[in-house]
Amino acid sequence: MTLEPLLRGHRFFAGLAPEYLALINGCARNTVFDEGTFMFREGEQADEFYLIRDGRLALEIHGPGRGPVVVQTLRAGDVAGFSWLIDTHRWQFDGRVIEPVRAIGVDGRCLRDKCEQDPKLGFELMRRFAGLAVDRLQATRLQLLDVYGHAHG
Amino acid sequence: MRTAEAASWIATAPWRVERVRRESHDVVTLALVPPEPFTFEPGQFSMLYLAGVGEVPISISGTSEPDGLVLHTIRDVGAVTHALCTLIPGQHVGVRGPYGTAWPVAAARGGDLVVVAGGIGLPPLRPAIRAALAERDKFGHIVLLYGARTPADLLFTDELTAWRGRFDLTVEVTVDAADSQWRGNVGVVPDLIARAGPFDPGLTTVFTVGPEIMMRFAVRALLGSGVAPERIYLSMERNMQCAAALCGHCQFGPFLICRDGPVLSYQRLARWLGMREV
Repeated sequence: MTLEPLLRGHRFFAGLAPEYLALINGCARNTVFDEGTFMFREGEQADEFYLIRDGRLALEIHGPGRGPVVVQTLRAGDVAGFSWLIDTHRWQFDGRVIEPVRAIGVDGRCLRDKCEQDPKLGFELMRRFAGLAVDRLQATRLQLLDVYGHAHG
Repeated sequence: MRTAEAASWIATAPWRVERVRRESHDVVTLALVPPEPFTFEPGQFSMLYLAGVGEVPISISGTSEPDGLVLHTIRDVGAVTHALCTLIPGQHVGVRGPYGTAWPVAAARGGDLVVVAGGIGLPPLRPAIRAALAERDKFGHIVLLYGARTPADLLFTDELTAWRGRFDLTVEVTVDAADSQWRGNVGVVPDLIARAGPFDPGLTTVFTVGPEIMMRFAVRALLGSGVAPERIYLSMERNMQCAAALCGHCQFGPFLICRDGPVLSYQRLARWLGMREV
């Protein structure tokens, strides 16, 4: 079954050329994760990323004596996973399902091969992931600023 | 009757504290009995005064039903606010006001309304939300996006729960940090804007209050989504002391926030926001 309509309907791939959607479709699969399960664990091999269609997951990190801390939650329209692009290909956080998740999983190795063969596709994907990374970085900076910790309003 | 028009540089009248509600570990709402009939517009503020301690501007966070007490929600951040937060029923506080400009709720009719609140920014927005909900049929989509530091810092949780239960109001809440027991969103308020669901940017009016950095990022996201700058309203905070446009302490660019604000359109503020010398 083709996943192209779902790929086309996802915010992350808005406006992507049909021929690229067809290429990505060749690397994509439908996935479902139950509440309380982990979509991925810190340190594991990261050869997939997820376009979330429904549900929510928490990106968590844990430390001794502190327990798990949620650094961000993701939901429909979001993308989980940059690690497939980065050479180490290891998940940096745990991805715990808060509400049952339906997502399209995209095989990173498969997609990297297609990007090697078609640098325009590679550039287009890199552009989109770079935009996503910048948005996440800005959000992280705001969180670090602890803006609510100071008097105002 | 005390009204916005009548309030100026006048002596504080003692108002009795009828009830005290602890909203969070450092935020308290005082339910006050005015000595005479009192009206205000959503977004306005009062100057609350304690003899021998000092005076501070505090947003009016609504009235209680059915007794019509006037609510002021205060965060304990300094000597005066700490003293206000430790008042108990039966004690009195001096009140001047109401002061300042109001949210243009009536002007937002006929379109969608997006309310973006951060931290202690929710109290001055609550009267506007209540006013819009009181005439729900006059608005399209109404969306509340609210962020706080942690789940324990969320204010008005009973009312938030009631609002979330309505089918004609979209409420999204996020916190900057949480442990794994929290089942809600973790992230910053501006990130909610792109995910805020159905509102038509071309017909949307926005009211926002929060830390100024948060508001600047929220405005960028709103402009990016197509909301017109003249339809984005911010409530500004500066060092208000007289609240009567006399002392100049609250000057922000060409504005005296106590007189020209606190509610101002982004179109008027844009030149000055983010300018560190102002």
